[in-house]
Amino acid sequence: MSVIVENLSFAYDSRPVLDSVSFVAERGHFLSVLGANGVGKSTLFRCILGLLKGYRGSIWVEDQDVRHLSPREMAKRIAYIPQSHDPSFNYTVFDMVLMGTTGQVAAVSSPGKKQMALAEQAIERLGITALHNRGFNQISGGERQLTMIARALAQNAHVLILDEPTANLDFGNQIKVLSRIRSLAEEGYTVIQATHNPDQTFLFSDRILALKDGRVLASGSPSEIVSTDLMQTLYGVDIAVQSLYDDTVRVCIPKAAIQRPVR
Amino acid sequence: MIEQKTKQRHYTWTLVGLGAGLIAAIIISFMLGRYPVPPKELFGILLSKIFPIEPFWAERVETVLFNIRLPRILLACLVGCCLSTAGAAYQGVFQNPMAAPDILGASSGAAFGAALAIKLGAASRMITASAFLFSLITVSLVYFISLRAEGKRVIGLILSGIMISSLFTAGTSFIKLVADQSSELPAITYWLMGSLSGATKKDVTFVILPMALGLLPLFLLRWQINILTLGDDEAQTLGINNNLLRLIVIICSTLITAASVSDRCNYFRPVFGMIGWVGLVMPHLSRKLVGNNYIYLLPATMIFGAIFMLVVDNVSRNLLATEIPLGILTAFVGAPFFIYLITRRGDSF
Repeated sequence: MSVIVENLSFAYDSRPVLDSVSFVAERGHFLSVLGANGVGKSTLFRCILGLLKGYRGSIWVEDQDVRHLSPREMAKRIAYIPQSHDPSFNYTVFDMVLMGTTGQVAAVSSPGKKQMALAEQAIERLGITALHNRGFNQISGGERQLTMIARALAQNAHVLILDEPTANLDFGNQIKVLSRIRSLAEEGYTVIQATHNPDQTFLFSDRILALKDGRVLASGSPSEIVSTDLMQTLYGVDIAVQSLYDDTVRVCIPKAAIQRPVR
Repeated sequence: MIEQKTKQRHYTWTLVGLGAGLIAAIIISFMLGRYPVPPKELFGILLSKIFPIEPFWAERVETVLFNIRLPRILLACLVGCCLSTAGAAYQGVFQNPMAAPDILGASSGAAFGAALAIKLGAASRMITASAFLFSLITVSLVYFISLRAEGKRVIGLILSGIMISSLFTAGTSFIKLVADQSSELPAITYWLMGSLSGATKKDVTFVILPMALGLLPLFLLRWQINILTLGDDEAQTLGINNNLLRLIVIICSTLITAASVSDRCNYFRPVFGMIGWVGLVMPHLSRKLVGNNYIYLLPATMIFGAIFMLVVDNVSRNLLATEIPLGILTAFVGAPFFIYLITRRGDSF
C-alpha cells in the first residue's frame, strides 16, 4: 500500500471542501481522480502533498503518517507535477530537471556530480535529450510536461502526483504524456492524477476515484466507474457511455450532441 | 553530459572574465582623478607593500592612493555589489523580473528613515539604524499588502511597492519641507542624491560588517533561490522550507540595501544616498551573460554590479569639475533600460 488516505476532511475557514475521503493507491498503480470543477481534487492533492496542514483524518505514504513530516522528508516520498505554467524566469530544461534533486543536498549547498547524473538519466529516460539546453519557456506544452516528469524522476520519490497533466496539450501530446506516465506506473511508481477526461482514464488508468461534493462517489476499476449512470451523476449532464472494441475502449458521448439534427 | 560540462565551463570562464574586468577597473580607478597617478608609480606603490622597493614617488601620492582613492574604490565596489545582489535576490524571492530595491520601496524606506533621523538630529549610527529599520518596514508592508491584494500576486507586489514607495517618498518630501533650510535641508538633499565623495577607511569598516552579514547567506543559499522562483507550492514539494528561506533572503537583501543606501560616518559628509536602478539593471545584464541559474547568476551579478558602480563613480568624479551625484548618472542608464525591458517583445527572461 503506497498511499492510504483515511477519513480525510478539510474545510477552508468554515466552508467544507473534503468530507471523509478514504482511498488507497497501491504501488505500481495509476490512479485517476475524476470530478467536476471545484469538487475538491486540488484540495485533496494539496493535503496529500503536505501543502495544507489543517486536515482531519490521516494520510499515509509508504507506511509513514505524513502529517508532521518536513518538506524535505516529504520530497523524498512524493513528487508533484503541477499544471503547466510559465515560470518567471526562463531556466534551461536541464536546470529545471536538476531542481528536482534539491531535497538531496544541504540547504547551503548545491547539486553536485551525483545529482547532475540523476538529472541527466531522467532526461534520457523521458527521451528529451535534444531539449537539454533549450529554455523551458520556449518549448512546447508536451515537452514541458515531459520535463516536469523528468524532474519528478530526478527527485527520486516513488509517488507521483499530477494535476491535470494533459490539460492544454494537443491530442497527440496527451497520448504521449499519458503513455509515459502509464509506463512509469508499470515500472513501480505510484501515480495519482487529476483529470477531466474519463475516456482516457479508461484507457490508461488502473483505478479511478470519482469525487462529488467533496465525497467519494465511487472508486474502483475503470470498467466499474466509467458507466452511464456514474458519469451522469458526476458531471450533471446526460451522457451515453459506449463500449468499443470488445470493451477495451469506452467513450463518453454527451446526449445533447447526438440529438442535435445533422447539419 | 558533455553539453552541460561545456556550458558550465563557459559560465565559469565568464565569471573569471568578469573578475579580471573588476581588477582592471580597480587599477584604472586608482590612476584616474584630480591628481593622475601614472601606471609605473601606481604599481611601484602597490608592490612596495609586499616587496621592499625604494620609493621613487612623492609621499603625497601614496597618501592620495591609500587614504582617498582606496576607500572610495572599495565603497563603490561594495555598494554596487550589494545593490545588484539585492535586486537579483528580490527578483527570485518575489518571482518577479521587475523586482528591485527601489521598486520594492526598500530604498525609499531607507531614505525616509535617514531623513527622519537627520531631522531629529540623530548621530550617524542612528541614521543608519533608522534607515535599515524603515527599509525593513517598507519591504514587509509591501510584501504583506501584496499577499492580501486581489488578483495576481506578482502584479500586486509591484502595485503595493509603488504605493508604499510613494507614501514614504511623500514622507521624505514633508520632512524636507519642515527641515531647517540652512543646516538640515542641504544635508538631506545631498544625501538623497547619493555620492561617494569623501569616503574614508572608517566608512568602509562601518559598512563591511552588515554587508558581509547579508551577502554571505545569500551567496550560500543561491541554489535554493532558484527553487523559490517556481512558486510556493512547487518549492515546498521540492523539499524547501519556503517561508523560512524567503524570510532569510528578504532580510539579507534589505540589510545590504539599507547598508548601501544609508551609511554616514560624518553628519556633514553624506556618503551614499539613493542610487537607483542598479538593482534592476545589473541582474538583467548578468542574466544575459550567464543565464538564470543563481549558481552563476549571483556571483556574476555581484562582480558586474561592482564594476558598474566603479565606472559610474569614475565618471561622477572625473567628467565635470564638480562631482555628479551617482543617482543622476544611474538614472540616465537605468531609465532607458527599464523602457527596453517593458517594451521588448517575447518573454525571454
